[in-house]
Amino acid sequence: MAQEKVYASPETALADVFEGAVILVAGFAGCEVPRLLLRGLADRGVGGLTCIFSHDAPANEPANASANESAVHGSVAQLVDKGLVRKLISPLPFAPGAGGVVEERWQSGALEIEIVPQGILAERLRAGGAGLGGVFLPTGVGTRFERGREKRSFQWGEALLESPLKADFGLLSVAAADTLGSVVYQGTGRNWAPVMAMAARVTIAEADRIVEPGGLDPEAIITPGIFVNRVIAAE
Amino acid sequence: MVAEKERLEREVVAMRVAKELPDGGYVNLGIGIPTLVSNFIADESVVFYHSESGVLNCGPLAEEDEQDIDLINAGGQFLQPVDGMAFFNTVDAFAMIRGGHVDVTVLGAHQVSARGDLANWMLPERGVGNIGGAMDLAAGARQVIVAMEHTDRQNRPKIVEDCTYPITGKGCVSLIVTDLAVLQPTPEGLVLKEVAPGWSAAEVQELTDARLIIAPDLKEYEL
Repeated sequence: MAQEKVYASPETALADVFEGAVILVAGFAGCEVPRLLLRGLADRGVGGLTCIFSHDAPANEPANASANESAVHGSVAQLVDKGLVRKLISPLPFAPGAGGVVEERWQSGALEIEIVPQGILAERLRAGGAGLGGVFLPTGVGTRFERGREKRSFQWGEALLESPLKADFGLLSVAAADTLGSVVYQGTGRNWAPVMAMAARVTIAEADRIVEPGGLDPEAIITPGIFVNRVIAAE
Repeated sequence: MVAEKERLEREVVAMRVAKELPDGGYVNLGIGIPTLVSNFIADESVVFYHSESGVLNCGPLAEEDEQDIDLINAGGQFLQPVDGMAFFNTVDAFAMIRGGHVDVTVLGAHQVSARGDLANWMLPERGVGNIGGAMDLAAGARQVIVAMEHTDRQNRPKIVEDCTYPITGKGCVSLIVTDLAVLQPTPEGLVLKEVAPGWSAAEVQELTDARLIIAPDLKEYEL
């Protein structure tokens, strides 16, 4: 009998997250950030984490948002605040809305930060998820991002060798999942989820809706269930 | 004092940039003055907007009571749903940019050099920076236009011989539109092509660190 993918709670889905794990956090500017799972991670309290993410706090709250949303839901900044994070890898670690805690911990030397251009991060994750040995990108040529990277000249120009990124866990927020782990997204909420689902050894999705097989149009599935190991209900 | 003379409004700068966008082109607008550009596209032309938040053919900003957290642009602003939108993931968003499919990006800047180096991601005096997607846009878009104020808040020139801030891209800027002038970085140096009404080339030079090459057909700002 195959392993059941639907888990009862964030707590059970995150039970094997270990000290020093590398965690991918999908979402962009507050859009489809896996807040229940982040909150679950904060409650679980394992430390030494490396979090790879783009931008988890909303730049703007919708005027019509319910008032208690951000109060009860988790964020990467909350994990940093609780001292659970050793390192952040992100294009926007100091994004507005992230709060002062990231900058404060970084200034004090308690938190390591690696800033990676967004498109490079995307291709590094894809390389990790797709089994590539690395990828040559033109982004950053002639800038300080050249440091420590192999540069090669091609007919079309110069490019830097970027290394693949893989992770232990990937956390997603999705519009709907079936019980086999295939998922669909809503609007710009898709962002990092498909590539992060590929790059993580264990991908966990919090889904607004969970349906039986056949409940999603197979033509419309964006991330097939082979990339998603666990599903929890977002409500 | 030249520094105190009246300069063009941000909207006028945006209006001038709008003239540069090709009819039917795919365009990515950065934050600040670039965002305003979409308000000034001529009625007879069509521009398709790309946002690295994962939406193509996106529309105007949403009204306050219609904001949807699942429909945002790269600046985190809420968008109106419009017919013809298409959603995609971050890998595809940057493949569109890096693969040369985005015709023009309009970005803000802290500094631009005479040869078109762009610095727009980090102010060293603050020590922290957010690179976001700017470096990929600088390296990948077919054309990079900078829209910005000519000088910074302390009235220091932002158009310089060589950038002193960490750069985002080397030699990537093809046109600079400011509240004083339109300038074109070239291998020979910075060409002054247009000046704001009431401004002379000499006055613009006074607020520019890089030495200006005056275009033989120097014009007043053309809207």
